[in-house]
Amino acid sequence: MAETATNTNTGKPLETQEYFINMGPQHPSTHGVLRLMLTLEGETIHNVEPHLGYIHRSIEKMCEKDTYAQIIHLTDRMDYLSSHMNNEAVSLAVEQGLEVEMPERVKVIRTIISELTRLSSHQLWWGVFGMDLGAITSFLYGFRDREMIIDIFEETCGARLTMNYNVPGGLMFDIHPNFQKRTKAFVEHFRQKLPEYDQLLTGNVIFEMRTKGIGILSKEDAISFGVTGPTGRASGFSNDVRKHNPYSAYPQVEFNEVLREEGDSYARYKVRIQEMWESMSIIEQLIENIPEGDYKVKTKAVIKLPKGEYYQKVETARGEFGVYIISEGGKSPYRLKFRSPGFSNLSALNHMAKGVKIADLVVIMSTLDLVIPDIDR
Amino acid sequence: MKAIVKYISSIFSALKTLFKGMAVTGHYISHPKEIITQQYPENRETLKMFDMFRGEVVLTHSESNEHRCTGCSACEVACPNGTIEIINKRIEMPDGKKKKVIDKFVYHLSMCTFCNLCILSCPTDAIKMSQDFEHAVFDRSQLTKVLNKPASKLMEGVR
Repeated sequence: MAETATNTNTGKPLETQEYFINMGPQHPSTHGVLRLMLTLEGETIHNVEPHLGYIHRSIEKMCEKDTYAQIIHLTDRMDYLSSHMNNEAVSLAVEQGLEVEMPERVKVIRTIISELTRLSSHQLWWGVFGMDLGAITSFLYGFRDREMIIDIFEETCGARLTMNYNVPGGLMFDIHPNFQKRTKAFVEHFRQKLPEYDQLLTGNVIFEMRTKGIGILSKEDAISFGVTGPTGRASGFSNDVRKHNPYSAYPQVEFNEVLREEGDSYARYKVRIQEMWESMSIIEQLIENIPEGDYKVKTKAVIKLPKGEYYQKVETARGEFGVYIISEGGKSPYRLKFRSPGFSNLSALNHMAKGVKIADLVVIMSTLDLVIPDIDR
Repeated sequence: MKAIVKYISSIFSALKTLFKGMAVTGHYISHPKEIITQQYPENRETLKMFDMFRGEVVLTHSESNEHRCTGCSACEVACPNGTIEIINKRIEMPDGKKKKVIDKFVYHLSMCTFCNLCILSCPTDAIKMSQDFEHAVFDRSQLTKVLNKPASKLMEGVR
């Protein structure tokens, strides 16, 4: 409306100009210390430039001095909502170098815990997404169900968030005797509670108006920006690592890769809700028959990888997480590179947010499901 | 005319979706037994963490004030952050031989990431994780702890 605005005193058209504003690094809806440099005209966004570096901890460099067993606990602190999958990626990469095959029991337990982690991550995302739109109720409901999963983790591996449970060569401990019982009880509970999520948000008229058609990302753009995970799948980009490069026990289970064509915020929301149903079905297929056997393969006290390069990717709750290890034969890697899903997903933000209002930027950012320590490691 | 009917019906269907969400909230208001909120710290007596919970590292002592730590420093090596420092000393045994025992088992709680690697590395099961999770103190220096109790000794038979 800039052209029609006039000065009320003189009747002449007002001169407008682009201006610049910082969103963050201390902004409640950037979910951490992310600084966005916005170029605006009125309330319309012309350009978004993410500015990183506020919580850079040089994790990749720290990995170069740590042993392979010690690296695992650093990956917890990147994408803390899918810490188990991060641990698994490093463990699988090291096991690839050691050329050991995991027992069936380890594979199945890793897969169950991965899916539980995905569920808890999506639950937290659902709660926080509601809160970004101004609905505090969803936040409390999401955390209520997440608490049950966290209890399962706490009983089995002792930690609630930074689990450090997958180690090169298997698992740190065997599962707790209550694990199966609790997990079954949770799935039964959550099958009844997930429809409540739909009742609270999905059909809500305000919610639909704020998400439908906002922040559209086409399939071509998703591929060119490397957007993976539920965000990419909402644009029709089939990228599920569990389907295309199955690892652990994923070859044994049947599940659908959730795909949608619209590519807007509502599609990304629906993909995650649908993924929760798929995760529950994967858990149900595995939980009844956890094979007996060792929870760990005997490895040397200090693991040394043979000289070479190893790459392993896994599907975290946010997308494709990759670990690239270059070993010179020593007890710590020569170079270790993480391919984090959040970083690539964030790179598409400018493209999606051009021309929308500031309030919609919050919606787009929230549906990307950004975890800042994952982007800025 | 049709447009007006459509407009009014859209208002009513929108209102319906709002009440649908409110119904869920109303259900929990009228069913207080389904609410799972806990009141902390009022429930301190009943609040028990799981046995596996990683609260902080402790050195277990027996009733006769004996611990199992031989001072081998395996935990110090396993720790990724330099949380544990073991300071050894040499004492003279009754038979005249000199023996290495721990002087101080220093634990920096402020640096600990609770990764559990020290517990796994201990060859004599001297240390374990306690379930205490209330670590808040007023001064940072209080987070550096000496885990072996004064005048404690190495347990007989542990080597």
